[in-house]
Amino acid sequence: MNPNAALTTTLGFRPDVQARETLPTGIASLDQIIPGFPRGAISEILGSESSGRTTLIHSLLAASTANLEICAYIDTDDSFDPVSAAAAGVALSQLLWIRCGHNAGHALKVADLLLHAGGFGVVVLDLCQVQPRIANRIPISYWYRFRRAIENTPTILALAEKEPLARSCASLMLELQRQKTAWAGAPGFKLLREVEIEAIPRKPVRPVKANFKAQATG
Amino acid sequence: MFACIHGPAANLAQIAADFSPWFEQTAPDTVVFSIDPLRRIHGTPQQIGQAVAQRSGDRVHVAIAETADAAILAARNFPGLTIIPNLGDLEVATLPLLPEDLSQTLETWGIHTIEQLAQLPETGIVERFGPTGVYLQRLAKGAIHRPLRIAQPEITYDDRIDLDHPISLLEPLLFLIARILNDQCSKLMSNAMAAQEIMIRLELEDRTEHLRTLRLPVPMRDSKALLKLLQMDLEAHPPQSATMALSLTLKPAQPRTTQGGIFLPAAPAPDKLELTLARIRGLVGEDNAGVPELLDTHHPHPFRLVNRQPQISSQTAIASHQAFRYFRPPLTATVDLDCNRPARIAASGVHGKVLNAAGPWRTSGDWWTTEPWNRDEWDIALTNGALYRIYCDPDRRWFIEGSYD
Repeated sequence: MNPNAALTTTLGFRPDVQARETLPTGIASLDQIIPGFPRGAISEILGSESSGRTTLIHSLLAASTANLEICAYIDTDDSFDPVSAAAAGVALSQLLWIRCGHNAGHALKVADLLLHAGGFGVVVLDLCQVQPRIANRIPISYWYRFRRAIENTPTILALAEKEPLARSCASLMLELQRQKTAWAGAPGFKLLREVEIEAIPRKPVRPVKANFKAQATG
Repeated sequence: MFACIHGPAANLAQIAADFSPWFEQTAPDTVVFSIDPLRRIHGTPQQIGQAVAQRSGDRVHVAIAETADAAILAARNFPGLTIIPNLGDLEVATLPLLPEDLSQTLETWGIHTIEQLAQLPETGIVERFGPTGVYLQRLAKGAIHRPLRIAQPEITYDDRIDLDHPISLLEPLLFLIARILNDQCSKLMSNAMAAQEIMIRLELEDRTEHLRTLRLPVPMRDSKALLKLLQMDLEAHPPQSATMALSLTLKPAQPRTTQGGIFLPAAPAPDKLELTLARIRGLVGEDNAGVPELLDTHHPHPFRLVNRQPQISSQTAIASHQAFRYFRPPLTATVDLDCNRPARIAASGVHGKVLNAAGPWRTSGDWWTTEPWNRDEWDIALTNGALYRIYCDPDRRWFIEGSYD
């Protein structure tokens, strides 16, 4: 046994973890800077209002449902719009939608039940509209529990939020910022056309950014 | 050997059951059964035939032959009692399931009797008539030995417990339900069936009935899972008073058979998912967990949540479209107008100067119903960059419907 392996065994260090399987988002510029959303791990998508968090979540769900997986959307504040999700390519019949009626506690319990039931491709926990004073009160043990529940499964737990919550439990953290809004038409007769979004990998930290455009629905 | 009873008697099945519990009813007026076990009771085939004829009466035909089909053919064509008949002289047309074209061909060949058909070369029959011709020729030769298709009584999966003392708590009631479920699920398993629906009827102390029906998305026969589903349903819909008697009925169905693919992604097991969904519905409400479904309407909310499990469907094209998020309920807003266009907005958590505004998009509908809608929609961008959809109702009240995210 070589010294390195002996030290690893003696001290109980885990051997190098093999690269996780990932799910590409289908957004070419983003998939160039990150290999995709890691399976069996928690991913966080951060951003302010209109920063493109939900757009990225829809792209992730569309990629997963196109892969013939069953997904779940835990809608803490009843904000999910099936029309824009369908326009992004999400197969709605493969999506389990759970409305939690503005109750973050119920949302966390539902997430726990779904993750332990297993078999889902992507489970989205939408905490975008939860007030930071409530979100920061979520016990960190929840995130450890969720990470443990999915670590040997192909499930992706995607958190959409304003500020980081899972922190060290998350394997991927993406911060989104709105760059530019494009309007068509003359002044007085304008039409919202598209929004340009910038994605910055916060964990693992990468010195690169990705810009992508999202067309307005309808 | 087999005996066949053919005739207009109303109780043919009962007559056959008097001689053998294993009989086949091929038609309302024909039953056939094996007489081999009857030899030690009645004696020779002749004596058995006489006993059957005596029990059956004068209006029916009784035939005894080497095979079941030969006995049926003889009983249909010979009156009274026939023992080991010679079927060779019967006309070809008496054979069952004889196609019209085959009958005409045999007629042109000069084949009129069953014996003549039996003597034809088998290879030629196969070449010209295929499997049907071979079956008919083997029937004519009396060479078809098949097991009887025994008439099975309909199996029901229900049970009832009458209590000496009323039960008001759920836990002891579940103990009794578990006992019934264990028995019925064992019965289902022994018959290779599963339950598609569970119906529980509680007779209450106040002389009313509490009836609950659970329709399962997939047939199940796991008694623990079924008990958990019943428990959660009874917790959500408890009986009004103590229980005096309970009855449980399972509706049987063929169990689900699926074949997984090695390259297909794993999906939640339907029975396990149903249990999880029942738990979630107990938490968030009956109507808040399901699958979204789009509606063919111009209504501002053209979708609904359907209370069922997600299923794999055909693929859709992926495109990067901007997502929308609803504020439920919509935020009441105060909007300052400049030349009839929003210039400044203030609402709970949202306020600022409007940089760009697209609209108004006037929509209305359902004016023929009690819930009409009529509004002017705007897409606005505030100075902080946030994008919102706002609308104004006919009473000039402004609301923020949601944000583009």
